[in-house]
Amino acid sequence: MSVDQLSQPEPTRRRMVGIFLGGGLLASFASFIYPVLRYLVPPAVVDLGGDEVVAAKIGDLKPNSGKIFRFGSRPGLLIMESDGTYRALSATCTHLGCTVQYRNDLREVWCACHNGIYDLNGRNVSGPPPRPLDVFDVHLRGDDIVVSRKREA
Amino acid sequence: MTLFAALRRWFDERLDWDDLIAPLRHKTVPTHRLSYWYFLGGITLFLFMIQVLTGILLLLYYRPGANEAFESVQYIMTRVRFGWLVRSIHSWSANLMIFTAFAHMFSVLFLKAYRKPRELTWVSGVLLLFLVMGFGFSGYLLPWNTLAFFATKVGTEITGQIPIVGKPMMIFLRGGEDVTGATLTRFFGFHVAVLPGIATVLLLVHVLLVQRLGMSIPPKLEVQWTADPSAKREMKFFPNFLLRELMAWYVALGVLGALAAVFPWNLGVKADPFVSAPAGIKPEWYFLFMFQTLKLIPSKVWFIDGEVLGVIAFGLVGLLWLLLPFFESDQPSHMKRWITGLSVFALAYVAGMSVYGLLAK
Amino acid sequence: MAFLRNKLRPFSAAHVGLAGFVVFAACLGCGQSYGQSSGQIANTCLDCHSTLPDPLGVSQEKFSQDIHAQKGLTCASCHGGDPTSDDADKAMSPKAGWKGKIDRKQIPQLCGSCHSDPAYIRQFNPSLRTDQLDQYRTSVHGKRFAAGDTKVAVCTDCHSVHDLRAPSDLRSTVNPVNVAKTCSRCHADASYMNGYSIPTDQFAKYSTSVHHEALAVRGDLSAPTCSTCHGNHGAAPPGVDKVQNVCSNCHAFQAQMYEKSTHKKAFEAASLPGCVVCHSNHGIRHPTDAMLGAGPDAVCMRCHAPGDRCDQARAALLSNLGRLDEANKSADSVLRVAESSGMEVSEARLGQDQARDSLTKARVTIHSFRTDLVDQDIQAGLKIAAQNLQAGQDAMVERNHRRLGFGISVIAIGIVLAGLRLYIKKIES
Repeated sequence: MSVDQLSQPEPTRRRMVGIFLGGGLLASFASFIYPVLRYLVPPAVVDLGGDEVVAAKIGDLKPNSGKIFRFGSRPGLLIMESDGTYRALSATCTHLGCTVQYRNDLREVWCACHNGIYDLNGRNVSGPPPRPLDVFDVHLRGDDIVVSRKREA
Repeated sequence: MTLFAALRRWFDERLDWDDLIAPLRHKTVPTHRLSYWYFLGGITLFLFMIQVLTGILLLLYYRPGANEAFESVQYIMTRVRFGWLVRSIHSWSANLMIFTAFAHMFSVLFLKAYRKPRELTWVSGVLLLFLVMGFGFSGYLLPWNTLAFFATKVGTEITGQIPIVGKPMMIFLRGGEDVTGATLTRFFGFHVAVLPGIATVLLLVHVLLVQRLGMSIPPKLEVQWTADPSAKREMKFFPNFLLRELMAWYVALGVLGALAAVFPWNLGVKADPFVSAPAGIKPEWYFLFMFQTLKLIPSKVWFIDGEVLGVIAFGLVGLLWLLLPFFESDQPSHMKRWITGLSVFALAYVAGMSVYGLLAK
Repeated sequence: MAFLRNKLRPFSAAHVGLAGFVVFAACLGCGQSYGQSSGQIANTCLDCHSTLPDPLGVSQEKFSQDIHAQKGLTCASCHGGDPTSDDADKAMSPKAGWKGKIDRKQIPQLCGSCHSDPAYIRQFNPSLRTDQLDQYRTSVHGKRFAAGDTKVAVCTDCHSVHDLRAPSDLRSTVNPVNVAKTCSRCHADASYMNGYSIPTDQFAKYSTSVHHEALAVRGDLSAPTCSTCHGNHGAAPPGVDKVQNVCSNCHAFQAQMYEKSTHKKAFEAASLPGCVVCHSNHGIRHPTDAMLGAGPDAVCMRCHAPGDRCDQARAALLSNLGRLDEANKSADSVLRVAESSGMEVSEARLGQDQARDSLTKARVTIHSFRTDLVDQDIQAGLKIAAQNLQAGQDAMVERNHRRLGFGISVIAIGIVLAGLRLYIKKIES
């Protein structure tokens, strides 16, 4: 082998290795840094925690009507009484788990599945339901109607 | 002069660190059939650094507290960009780190690297192993899901079985009589402040000792190479060994990424202290061998309560494990064989019991 | 004998006398505690009758379970006589009012003598009803009884006697979970019911029903048993034209729909018993979509002719329901896969609850027998299911993006590894 042939592969190989290593390192660092940078940017929805949720905005509900909203992983029922007070209850019927609704003719909470009836305090007053509905706290924050779980005693 | 060299000279003029780094340039790593085991310590260290990094990132969004912890982890998994990646890497790396820590310990054990003058390295290492398991135990509770809640309950209950000090220890760990939100806050403090602080100090000691004392050579080879120095094979630590180590670290990164992308860590169901424990609750796999042992001990041995006996036994074994090098120091060879036999038994026991615990109902 | 007389000295006699007195006092004391509560009158009847065999025997243990005994009544309260006397002749003398075994024909009157007296019952439980006897007289049992039939049920047949428990007691024969078994003692006994014109398969059929499963297996006390639909004291079948009134007490929505439907008029005109026509009365199974079909469970085709307008409507209803069911199932399966791949889809999962509710509502709306109304519910459900399916598919797309991103980083890592290998080789050659 001549000296020329020996010296030729060396620089190209060195460059190859350099490209591989440098390029690879850069690419891999990018694939690590990019997620971290995106992670550091706070998301649009600022978490309110699982104990609280904005059920509706003022004006969404008419007096003497109800609305189903999502609270954690279960449905909740937000009721606006005819005098303007808001009430929030769990919307899962304690009998067999159907979703209850607000009856503006009865002014009570009704379960269509087996005719169970709860009063506006969640108490099971008629029909099959064996237990009352959970009651939630309702606060107004600006335009938001915020529903939260009752604080532990 | 290259940029790299220029920077180095700039820092050296102000820190005078060339003297410190110089020995590193001369450090060598023996190369032999079993050299690959030398990588395990470095991988464990690498995974620990990953844990610190992902842990700090998680700290930016995690909220300790019974009513927010689960939801904040859910938030990280669903709303934060790449939150799923950071959290899954943190969880997987934790498990991998504990595995490599055990593997590293067993490899040191079998290669007899704990012999004089490396006893303190062993002691600091075993203490680090205990710390790492403490990290695992405390971190596991932080998402506040059902499995974690009950695993913590069972685990701290077992701690309470230690005679005399058990009950106060349990109350200290739990922050009260039962596992509550107070326990979560306490475990959070342990996990992000107390344990990292102690671990950093111990790690520094451990790594410094390794650097100062160099890599240990297996006994038989040591005899051979002392007799015939020309047979010695070694490579320079910097850059040769380090580059290979870097390759191992990159492989670990790839494995972590794969695990996080294909098997993301699940969220579970939020813990409810009033629900009865799910049937067949088990601790995480690295505690299984102890858990399974306790399950197998009869409820009363002689006049001692079975579980108390088990806990005391483990405490004793842990203590003896810590002081293992001091039993071998200057003992005749039959003691050395005895310790080898014990090592084999220990590995078989831990592995076997873990598998048993995994498969048992 | 002579031996005894010789041996009986005054001292020993005193001892024997003392012992005898102690025994006698113990007997008296025990007798005092029998059948007593809150220090009321003694009930010595059980002293003998607890040892006698059936039918004269009433054990102390049995009677202590009886609610009348717990309230302070004694045997004499029903049977007359003198409960304080030990002497059988005195206790069971007609002069003391002793009635002996109460004749079956006297039982309702006897029970009613207290239980229809509000002033009397008020002393024990002011909220207890006192119209049972009146109700009984309106029942089939009561009417036949008045006509002289002694085979029909009287108070003690259902309520038991001597160990009569309050209905709220789980062991009571008239507790809701036990009512069907109590009724079946006669009504499922073919030989006993011989001569009456009603079937004896009600209990057997009821035992296969959803209501039985709810009540006896799940313990849902709101589920109906015999007395819920037939009444207890005023037990009688509701009547062919009143059946849906009974069912509507719980199944209000379905009844409302049915009320406005064409079937109500048609069934009434043909004297058919409303809900029972399709759902049966005692063996009420969980309804399935197959009832709308054309197979063995089909109910529509029992009356309607194949190919007519109603058959077509039925087929349309069935296919609509099937569509929504399928849409729900496919959304559910995509969401399940997404979730097991680690994607967070809990909101869509919750949304599926609403889709399932729509399907349930559609099945209820069938009772209006109007395809347009059912269609409304189906469309609402389909919309929700479609949204959730989309959410699930979006999650899968995201999952694939993740895997792609991971794949890219793996390539980068691979390049680095190759580069390192080459570099190592280079510096070591």
